[in-house]
Amino acid sequence: MSGPLRRLVTIVEETLLEGGRPVETPSRRCAALAVIRNPHAGRYVEDLSDLMALGTELGRLLPERAVAALGLPASAVQSFGKAALVGAEGELEHAAALLHSTLGTPFRQVLGKGAALIPSSKKRGRPGAAFDIPLGHTEAAKVRSHFDGMEVLVPDAPREDEIVVAVAVTDGGRPHPRVGGLRTDQVTGADGLT
Amino acid sequence: MAAPSVRKFVTIVDEVFHENGPPAATPHRRGAILAVIENPFAGRYVDEIAPFMTDLEPLGLAMAERLIEALGGAPERIEAYGKGAIVGAAGEVEHAALWHAPGGYAMREALGGAKAIVPSAKKVGAPGTRIDIPIAHKDASYVRSHFDAMEVGINDAPRANELVVVLAMTTGARIHNRAGGLAASAVEGKDGLR
Repeated sequence: MSGPLRRLVTIVEETLLEGGRPVETPSRRCAALAVIRNPHAGRYVEDLSDLMALGTELGRLLPERAVAALGLPASAVQSFGKAALVGAEGELEHAAALLHSTLGTPFRQVLGKGAALIPSSKKRGRPGAAFDIPLGHTEAAKVRSHFDGMEVLVPDAPREDEIVVAVAVTDGGRPHPRVGGLRTDQVTGADGLT
Repeated sequence: MAAPSVRKFVTIVDEVFHENGPPAATPHRRGAILAVIENPFAGRYVDEIAPFMTDLEPLGLAMAERLIEALGGAPERIEAYGKGAIVGAAGEVEHAALWHAPGGYAMREALGGAKAIVPSAKKVGAPGTRIDIPIAHKDASYVRSHFDAMEVGINDAPRANELVVVLAMTTGARIHNRAGGLAASAVEGKDGLR
């Protein structure tokens, strides 16, 4: 993938204090971002199957990088998310082709789990635009403590004919969760929701 | 004074495959580590601030070691470096200058020696402020291929009473370097300049 792939960025955040209080087990989250060329920038193309195929490759590469940078076994991942930032001459549909058709299956294979929907977002923006990767629990989308988001950016991307594709994984939910809702110890894992 | 209170660490690794030129045989890797710490001098003028530099040394060393690890774990692969600091709004730019000695000490210690001055940048800013960390060859400041910069920042830091301290390292020259000047292979390594 040396052609379409220009840059690969990982960002690890470790929070030790939140609200002035120590976080008992420092919470860690990692995003892996790929800067790829958008083959369909600047013109309308009906068939987006090449982007879908790229989604399969990124669905393996990015979660592998993110898990490795987190420094934990894949089984320790508790929440996940994905997002794409399309350069000025691309369509949001290009982000959808990358994110929604093929990326999820290899992502779940890398983690060895992931019954829940992978929360996602997409937008179009200039190089250096920040975008937020939504996060949710891997097995039960309604786990309230794990609803979160991670802001990321790549200073020089996306150029107008590029797309930044990102996934994020964490080893826990928000620091000091205390707004109730479904807890991790109540997850049944039957339907990906509860 | 006491050991700095760390709220958050952020580690960024940027792997560059190409910049629309010929893909490199070995991707260029750039990394930065950021620590968000409390500024013990925020909100008032304190004359005697220099002792805090000693308190920052263990943090600097831990950051340098983590950064080398994130870049593959081999100190001998690191060829260039830089440092910087962002001071929260209730502090002074002079507080950022406290990072010069411990930041430089930490990288030289972790790299097993380095002769060149560590290029640096500093500013006062709001949470989310970005800073360009200048980067140059670790043994000879004039090596032109290794002049670079890495833009970094954290969306929620520095708060008014915080400092963000930064170390950056790279594994070599800019991806398509071809602007001439002193070559890394021609370094004498005596004076830190050539």
